[in-house]
Amino acid sequence: MEIKINLPTTKEEIIKLKCGDFVSISGEIYVARDAAHKRLMELIKEGRPLPINLENEAIYYMGPSPARPGRIIGSAGPTTSSRMDFAAPTLLDMGLLVMIGKGKRSPEVHEAIKRNGAVYFAAIGGAGALISKSIESSEIVCYEDLGAEAIRRLTVKDFPVVVAIDSGGRDIYG
Amino acid sequence: MRRIDVSLITQKVAELFESVNYKLSDDVSKALRNASEKEESALGRRVLSSLCENMDVAENEQIPICQDTGMAVVFLEIGQEVELVGGYIEDAVNEGVRKAYEEGYLRKSVVNDPLERINTKDNTPAIIHERIVKGDKVKITVAPKGFGSENMSRLFMLKPAQGVEGVKDAVLETVKAAGPNACPPFVIGVGIGGDFEKAALMAKHALTREIGSKNEKEEINSLEEELLSSINSLGIGPAGLGGSTTALAVFIETYPTHIAGLPVAVNMCCHVSRHRSAVIGED
Repeated sequence: MEIKINLPTTKEEIIKLKCGDFVSISGEIYVARDAAHKRLMELIKEGRPLPINLENEAIYYMGPSPARPGRIIGSAGPTTSSRMDFAAPTLLDMGLLVMIGKGKRSPEVHEAIKRNGAVYFAAIGGAGALISKSIESSEIVCYEDLGAEAIRRLTVKDFPVVVAIDSGGRDIYG
Repeated sequence: MRRIDVSLITQKVAELFESVNYKLSDDVSKALRNASEKEESALGRRVLSSLCENMDVAENEQIPICQDTGMAVVFLEIGQEVELVGGYIEDAVNEGVRKAYEEGYLRKSVVNDPLERINTKDNTPAIIHERIVKGDKVKITVAPKGFGSENMSRLFMLKPAQGVEGVKDAVLETVKAAGPNACPPFVIGVGIGGDFEKAALMAKHALTREIGSKNEKEEINSLEEELLSSINSLGIGPAGLGGSTTALAVFIETYPTHIAGLPVAVNMCCHVSRHRSAVIGED
């Protein structure tokens, strides 16, 4: 059974999702990876405002390959989420509701997911060409100087993922 | 002597990096398609069928199979009867990488310095391993390497008394720790013996072997088969979501070593195991 959700959404919708559910995502999500997370954390440390509002939002851990002329985006599969574990608990506490990536998370991220009623989805690693077909628009929001690591806003339609850690802390990777 | 203009090397390097990022070599794509028929878990079959569909989309629409088009690893076997003209060979290789990553819409994933970390914007420099061999040809093998799996690779300096059991434990420990992070099903390169860096280089080079090929050394071939079977019993499965396909192949290279040591390097590679070769100087 596949559950369809539209992002951004609310905590009430997220806590209905259970570990192992197949979910098809439509709507708007942010894209950020290592270097962008480092910059966000520096801003937070300095008490300065962030360039994006995290409230109820989703971050997809991804750095696409460049789009060919006439295309929306290049290959666009998930990167390893654990490299973002240093920042995820802070961002979740600031309102981030959804993370999309691949692989295991730290105990601190598990706790923050439970504490905030959030969710962690796994997309299929290495299926970037296929996933690019679910992306309807892509624009750079900030940090363009980071190249593939810039923060982007994507509109996706029927982006297939699996609930890897649900709001109760159940984890598909055991 | 055979005279080879290095511009030919630039051209070949560019062609190889571009094509291998859109289309896996036949051995790897065949192994993935076979696995999708044999996988025992329904979720695993679903993941593998998505990976097969992904290969088709990549090839038909010329989109990289994976957005991590890798750090550009290049093995060069240069015949000692070759005279290279027209420039410095490493510049020629880097020019080929630059051309492929720019013209092929491949991701630029290299930073100038491991600590300063400013993107070089053309995916150079490449990692070049040169070897002088007999003959008058140049063999180029490109192997773009993604870092999701590279990060999960390990080097062990075992004690000689740990022997083959120690080697097996080291490989299994690495695979278990890699789990879903390194994008299973894996191809696993293992270097046993030599010294610290020789083991790692053998493990990397082992990844360029063709899936389905046998190891020349019978006892090492048996060890490869035994390890593959143990790894596929771990249950990690495609994308780490459970199943009987955790690895497509285990390739081992060995080298004489010191009386005091047993180095073992395990280079993890995801299912997007990219390698392609060309020979310059074949008539």
